[in-house]
Amino acid sequence: MTEQDDLRAQIKEHPLLHDLSDAHIAELATCAVAERFQPGEFLIRDRTPADKFFLIRHGTLSIELETPPKGRLVLQTVHEGDGLGWSWLVPPHRWAFDARAMTLVRTVTFDANALLARFEANHELGYQLLRRLLGMMAHRLTAARLQMLDLYGPPPAAKV
Amino acid sequence: MASKTPAPADRAGVIARAALDELVALLAGRGYRVIGPQLRDGAIVYDDLARADQLPAGWIDQQEGGSYRLVRGPDAALFGHVVGPHSWKRFLYPPAQKLWQAERSAGGFTVTTAAEPEPPLAFLGVRACELHAIAIQDRVFGVESGDFTDSGYAARRQAALLVAVNCGRAAGTCFCVSMQTGPKVTEDLAYDLVLTELLDDRRHDFLVTAGTARGAELLAGLPQRPASAADLVEAEAASARAAVQSRAMVPGVADLLRQNLEHRHWDAVAERCLGCANCTMVCPTCFCSTVEDVTDLSGDHAERWRKWDSCYTLEFSYIHGGGVRRETAARYRQWITHKLSSWHDQFGSSGCTGCGRCITWCPVGIDITAEARAIRDAEGS
Amino acid sequence: MMTPHGTMAAPAQLDPMTPRPFRIRQRRKELADTFTLALAPDDGGGFAFQPGQFNMLYAFGVGEIPVSISSAPDEPGEILHTIRAVGKVSAALGALKPGDMVGVRGPFGTSWPVEAAYGSDLVILAGGIGLAPLRPAIRQVIAQREKFGNVVILYGARTPEDILFRKELQSWRGHFDLNVEVTVDRVTGAWGGRVGVVTGLIRQGGFDRLHSIALLCGPEVMMRYGVRALHDCGVASERIYVSMERNMKCAVGFCGHCQFGASFVCKDGPVFPFDRIEKLFAIPEL
Repeated sequence: MTEQDDLRAQIKEHPLLHDLSDAHIAELATCAVAERFQPGEFLIRDRTPADKFFLIRHGTLSIELETPPKGRLVLQTVHEGDGLGWSWLVPPHRWAFDARAMTLVRTVTFDANALLARFEANHELGYQLLRRLLGMMAHRLTAARLQMLDLYGPPPAAKV
Repeated sequence: MASKTPAPADRAGVIARAALDELVALLAGRGYRVIGPQLRDGAIVYDDLARADQLPAGWIDQQEGGSYRLVRGPDAALFGHVVGPHSWKRFLYPPAQKLWQAERSAGGFTVTTAAEPEPPLAFLGVRACELHAIAIQDRVFGVESGDFTDSGYAARRQAALLVAVNCGRAAGTCFCVSMQTGPKVTEDLAYDLVLTELLDDRRHDFLVTAGTARGAELLAGLPQRPASAADLVEAEAASARAAVQSRAMVPGVADLLRQNLEHRHWDAVAERCLGCANCTMVCPTCFCSTVEDVTDLSGDHAERWRKWDSCYTLEFSYIHGGGVRRETAARYRQWITHKLSSWHDQFGSSGCTGCGRCITWCPVGIDITAEARAIRDAEGS
Repeated sequence: MMTPHGTMAAPAQLDPMTPRPFRIRQRRKELADTFTLALAPDDGGGFAFQPGQFNMLYAFGVGEIPVSISSAPDEPGEILHTIRAVGKVSAALGALKPGDMVGVRGPFGTSWPVEAAYGSDLVILAGGIGLAPLRPAIRQVIAQREKFGNVVILYGARTPEDILFRKELQSWRGHFDLNVEVTVDRVTGAWGGRVGVVTGLIRQGGFDRLHSIALLCGPEVMMRYGVRALHDCGVASERIYVSMERNMKCAVGFCGHCQFGASFVCKDGPVFPFDRIEKLFAIPEL
């Protein structure tokens, strides 16, 4: 098996993109590399140029933010089967958070600039990928809103 | 509740007005606490009755949405009025009841139930809609069957003797005809005796029929003559007069409300509803209650009281964090939907008897029949 | 004996409104505002119940509140009640010590369909103190593990400090045949686990959508989104059970407080098959 065969297989196994056509998967694979990150290693740094998109194949990573003076705050954890990173799609193309491996993390990592160039040339590919990314973003947004509710917090006015 | 025996109309008797005094005395003599309608504070209320002449002779009530007035009637009828702010539930299911008391003792406390013997109740002047209301509460409190039985209610109810009376006129807020709960007392209802007042220039009598063996035995102790065909015709005419009613519940209201839990009309009602709970207090079937735990100053004696409560209060649906029904619209919807719709699912009948009390005693005259009709008329719009 | 949505246990006494004396055997602090009371009858009688049922607990002179039983029927000699001190009665119960007396009425209500789930996969979704009413069901499942397919336990808490039954969760997690995931909404200290809403964990699967029974207990909003996520996975409403909370005064259907549509949560619930209340669940302030 070639490296491209491996990448195509890994994309096809991933829940986010498994139902893309073989042709689209092959095209995406040309923009991808397989990566691994050790616990504590950063995948994304806040404020740096956003030029990657990750499919998480294995492991857990945390989306974090430095919040002086409270220190580092974990906003959410991301897991096997999730995607990571969409700041490359929208200006100013900079990451808004840190993402750091909590365990050994294996990814398929895409070169975002190469992806965008592919999308320009192949709108159908762009549409199919953006649809799936939008689904992922919608789930994240719902989850973030529910987190904001503070569901299990103390009642506003204890009475009975 | 004594078992029913057939009471064909041809066994009906006629007693004179004076025989009611004997009936009250007979009941008191047998240890009953006799309760009947009487005039107080400008209204007809139910209270202890020592003599029949305490009955509100010659008074009739004029009722409309948010309005109740007593005026002199055309004759000296004892039951020319219809229903007032009281219902019999205040005796079968008192507004405040002690459930039990507890005394602190070494290493804990001891709970004892308050079981002071109460005299059996005899109600004089129970209308058809009120017999229906009692039957409805019997089902709520599991008198005959149910998951649980309210033993206090069941004991009072089973001992109670019911002297019903047929209405000879309807108030402006009555709608029992449309609820099929009146105006005539029907034989399927639980009563011991039923009276129909027969009154003209020449006489003041009552047609009497027994509904139970206990009732027949009571009746046998009263001076009477057999009813004539003319008496029966006159009694039917009285019931026919009472069946002329200006209000009616829309047909199929149970399904109508079930299908319109999210209707914009609820907000329109809420603009008028004060959330005062009057309708639930005067309703003869509303049964909601709360409990209050109290202690004396020493802290060694505690009691639990059960008190009437209302789904119109914000506290009613309180769970930690707040009330479930925060808006008046939600609380009005709860009341009317429970009364006219989900009551069928819970207890096999409507919770409404068409007595009209909730209309009369609403300070702003909200009319349960009009609100149901408004939902129907606005349905789908 | 057990029906798909549980059974009504016979009332433990003739008059359901009068409390029985129970003695506190043990008081355990669970969290900053949450404690567990182990109770035993003090009148020589027994106490039979089903997982998911609740008792009305009376603190002398203060009042009475509904509390789910958090022990399993087969846990010897202990009837556990896990209570969050949010009001005056729960605070009064929290101030009691071993040897003190409480009044108990119960058990009341429907139970988790543990037996009806034999042969199925199980998805157990709990949030906050909602783990307490599910604990007896989880204990029963573990005690007869071979009768179920995959068992997925998903628990969400506010922060790592708010995780209820932490040691027990860790021990359940150690079972090779249980899939236990714990997540928190926010992190305030050292925490190497998941951060995010518990309902998001349902998407990860681990159960057969056609042959699973789901048991949910937690804040109503959490259950609402939990049900949606289960629906998205293809689990049908009649295979989903939720435990509802409403104001309760009598627990026997007389006081009217707990009505939810035509249901009395005290006796028709607290555990409902979701298809029975689905239409009402979406209506605000019902």
